[in-house]
Amino acid sequence: MKLNSPMEVWKYLPGTNCKECGEKTCLAFASLLMERKKKLEECPPLFEPKYAEKGKKLAELLAPEVREVEIGIGERARKMGGEDVMHRHERTFFNRTVLVYDVWDTMKEEELRERVRKITEWKKFYVGEFLKVDAIAIRSVSGEAKTFAQCVKRVAEETDFPLVLCSFNAKVIEEGLKEVSNRRPLIYAADKENWKEFLGIAKRFKVPVTLFSPDLDMLNSLAVTFSSAGIEDIVLDPGTYPEGGGLEQTFSRFVRIRRAGIADGNKGIAYPLIAVPMTAWMVHGSKAENALAASYWEAIIADLFIIKYADIMILHSIEPHSLIPVRTLVANIYTDPRRPVSVEPGLREIGNPTERSPLFVTTNFALTYYTVESDISSNKIDSYLMVVDSEGIGVESAVAGGQLNAESFKDALESFKAADKVKHKTMVIPGLAARLSGETEDVTGWTVLVGPRDSGRIPDWMDKNWPPETGSKTMAR
Amino acid sequence: MEKKITLEDIARILDRYDVVELEDVKIKGDVELELSTGVAIPPSVVQALQSMMGMQKEGISVVSEEKGIEELELIPTKFEVAKTEWNGQIEEVTIGATSADGGTREATVTIGGEKALPFYNFDHQTPHPPVISVDCFDMPISLAKAVREHYEDVMEDPGEWAKKNVREFGADMVTIHLISTDPTIKDTPAREAAKTVEEVLQAVKVPIVIGGSGNPDKDPEVLEAAAEAAEGERCLIASANLNMDYERIAKAALEHGHVILSWTQLDINAQKTLNRYLFKLGVPREDIVIDPTTAALGYGLDYAFTNIERMRISALKGDTDLAFPISCGITNAWGAREAWMKDSPIKEDSDWGPSVYRGPLYEIMTGLTLGIAGGDMFMMMHPKAAGAVKRVTQMLFGAKEAEDEGKKVRIEDWVTWK
Repeated sequence: MKLNSPMEVWKYLPGTNCKECGEKTCLAFASLLMERKKKLEECPPLFEPKYAEKGKKLAELLAPEVREVEIGIGERARKMGGEDVMHRHERTFFNRTVLVYDVWDTMKEEELRERVRKITEWKKFYVGEFLKVDAIAIRSVSGEAKTFAQCVKRVAEETDFPLVLCSFNAKVIEEGLKEVSNRRPLIYAADKENWKEFLGIAKRFKVPVTLFSPDLDMLNSLAVTFSSAGIEDIVLDPGTYPEGGGLEQTFSRFVRIRRAGIADGNKGIAYPLIAVPMTAWMVHGSKAENALAASYWEAIIADLFIIKYADIMILHSIEPHSLIPVRTLVANIYTDPRRPVSVEPGLREIGNPTERSPLFVTTNFALTYYTVESDISSNKIDSYLMVVDSEGIGVESAVAGGQLNAESFKDALESFKAADKVKHKTMVIPGLAARLSGETEDVTGWTVLVGPRDSGRIPDWMDKNWPPETGSKTMAR
Repeated sequence: MEKKITLEDIARILDRYDVVELEDVKIKGDVELELSTGVAIPPSVVQALQSMMGMQKEGISVVSEEKGIEELELIPTKFEVAKTEWNGQIEEVTIGATSADGGTREATVTIGGEKALPFYNFDHQTPHPPVISVDCFDMPISLAKAVREHYEDVMEDPGEWAKKNVREFGADMVTIHLISTDPTIKDTPAREAAKTVEEVLQAVKVPIVIGGSGNPDKDPEVLEAAAEAAEGERCLIASANLNMDYERIAKAALEHGHVILSWTQLDINAQKTLNRYLFKLGVPREDIVIDPTTAALGYGLDYAFTNIERMRISALKGDTDLAFPISCGITNAWGAREAWMKDSPIKEDSDWGPSVYRGPLYEIMTGLTLGIAGGDMFMMMHPKAAGAVKRVTQMLFGAKEAEDEGKKVRIEDWVTWK
C-alpha cells in the first residue's frame, strides 16, 4: 500500500459524505479502507465516470505490496500474503501463516481418515477463541496418479479444509485436481523442469500454483514467466534447508525475497512464500526414537519462518506438544499490535450465579481475563467474576507496579455494587495477589480468600475451600 | 486517412523478418491490443511484444491455447535486492575477566557489536553468536517436573549446581540467583549471599551473572556485597531498575569492575530513561547490557518480541540510548501453564499430551523468537532447550562448526519422504 494516512486516501474519494458506504463521512470510510475493513466497491460513486480515474488510481495505491492469494473455498478459505510491512509494529501483519499438515497417498484408508480427523478436529482455547490449524497437504509418495487421486478423494470426503496437492509430476497433480477442481486447492510445485505442464494445469483448473527453486534468479524467472502468462495466484518456495549453513541461507532467502517485494517494490517477486519445516524429518529420520527430536527441530524451523516471512507452511508433527506452541506463536505474531490489551472492567456473571456463589477477582488485562473466564466457565462453576481496572496489566506485574492494590479492590466492589449480588461478603483474589489480602480486608471490610496462583486450579481450590467455613452460617440460611 | 495496423499485421511483419525479440522500441500513449480468437500469433512474438510494452502486470491473457504454452520460454530474470545499511551499531560488551585483566575466568564472553538485524548476515555479518547463561539458585526452589529432574541432585549446593550447568549442559555462562535473600523467603543476609557468589566463582571458570531476589528494598544491599566479593571478575550484575535504588547498584558495579544489567518492563521510554540515568552516574557504555523483559510464548511474547525488535531497530537507526546488547530471561517461559500443567483446564480443548514434551519447546520457542527480535544473551534452565537454542542460533550466525546434514538432503524430496 502506497498511502500512509486516511487523509491521503480521502483525497481520492468523492468527498461528498453521501453515506452510501454506511459511514458518516468519506474520511471515516478512508480510514476503514486503510484497515482493510471496507472495500472500494462499497463506495458506488467511485465507479461513476466522474470519479473513475481517481478510483482506479486508488485501487492501485491501496493494493498490498505482497500479492494476496486465497486457497480453499467458503468459510475455511484462507488468505495468504497481502502484507505491507517488514515488521509488525510498522502497522500489523494481516494474514497469519497458514498451517498445513501432511497426509500421504500410501497411507491405509483407515489410518488416513483418522489422521485427517485428528488434524481437522484439533483445537486449543486461547484468548477468547479456539485456535485451529488451517489446511491439509496430500503428498504423492507412490508416484502413481490413480493412487493419488483416490487419496485426494478420501481426504475431500472427510473434510472441507483447504488442500495442498503435492507432487512434481504434473500427471499426478492433474488426476488429483480432477477430484477437487472446485475447491481451489494449491498445487505444489512447478520447478525449472516441469513448469510448462504446471502452467497449463494452473490455467485450465484456475488454481493457485507453487513455484519451487532455491536459485532465486530461477525463482524470479519462473514468477515473471507465469505472471506474463496471466497467472497471478502464485506461491513461491525458495526451499527449506533444515540445518547448518543451508538453514542460514534459507533464512537469508526468505528475508531478501520479502524485502525485494516490500521495500524495493519488485512486483515480480512479491508473492506469498511457503516454507516446509517438515524437511526436519528428513535429517532426523522417521524412527520412533527420533520422533521427538525431529518434532522439536521442525518446530524450531517453523518458529523462524512464522516470524520471517512464510505465509504458509507444511508440517508433519500433529502431536500436541508441537501443535500447541506452533499455533500459539502464529496467534502471537499475527495479532494486531495496535489492539487494546485490556477488557472493560465490571462484574461478569458466569453460568447462573446466586447470592451464595463465589466472587472471583481478576484484572482487566485481556489475556488474564480470558484465561480466568474460560477456566471458570468451562468447568461450569456458577460464579461472579469481578474485573478490576489494573490499567490492562497482568496480576503479578500490577501488584508489583501498584496498579492493583487494596484501594482498587474497594473501588471495584463499590462501583460494581458487588454487595447487591452476593450475601457472603467474601471475595476470592488471585494467588499472585496474596500479599494484598490483609490490607484488602482492612480497607473493604470483606473477607478475603486467596485463590490458586493459576486459575486452572480453581476447580481443585473449590473442592477444598468453598463454601468457606467461616461463612457457613450465612450460607446455610 | 488513418492507416490501421492490426496485431496480425505486426505478427506477420515480425515473422517475415524472423524477429523474436524487439530491442529499444518504445510505444507512447495509450495502446490497446485486442487478441481476437482464431488469430495464430506465435507466442514468442507475443512475449516479445509484451515485454517491450511492459505489460506483465496488465493481465492480458496471451496464452490462449495449450500449444501456445509448449512454445513459451522462461523469461530470464536476475533477482536483485538492496542491502540495508544502518548508521548505528550496538555496543560490544565483554563479560568475565581472565588473569590478564585481574580476574580468574578461563575465558570471557563478548556480545553485541551488531550493525544489522539478527542473522541478517547478507547485510552485515553478525559479529558474535548469542550466548546462553544457565540459571542456578542459592536454595532449592520449586520447578516444573521436566526441569526439576535435571537438577534434583545439586539443588542444595549452588557450587555443584553451577558446575553441572557448565560440565553437563555446556553453558557459556552461569547465573546465580540470590533469591533466598528476599525478606519474605529466607532473608539471608547480604554477607552470606556474597559467600555464595564466591563459591560459584570457585566452582566454575566461565563468566557469571549475579542476580538478586527481585526485592527492590533488599537487592541494592545484596548486589553491593556481591559486587565487592566478586571484585575484578567483571560479572554481569542483575539488575538495576527504576523502582529501586539503582544508583547504589550502579556505583557498586562501577567501583568493583562489573557490567550492569539495566532492566525495564516492556517500556521503550523507561529503558531510555534508565540508561540515561546510568550514563549520568558515569557507567561506561561498554559496561551496560539491557533487559527489556521477557514474556512467555502465549503470555505476552508478542509484546516482548515487538518491544525488543523496536529497540534494536531504533538503535541501528542511531538511537544511542538503546544501542546495547540485550539479555532475555527465557526461563520465564515456564510461567506458561502449557509448559508445565498436566492436562488442559479447558474441557473442550484437544488433549494436551505429556507436559514433559511441551515444556522444553515453550522455552526453546520463547528463546528463539526473542533471538530473532534482537536478543544477544539468553538466561535459560532446561538443558535440552538451552542446547537447541544454542544450536539453531549458531547455525543462523553461520558458525563453521555447525554440522550441515541438511546439505546432503535433496529438500524437494520431502514430497515423497516416508
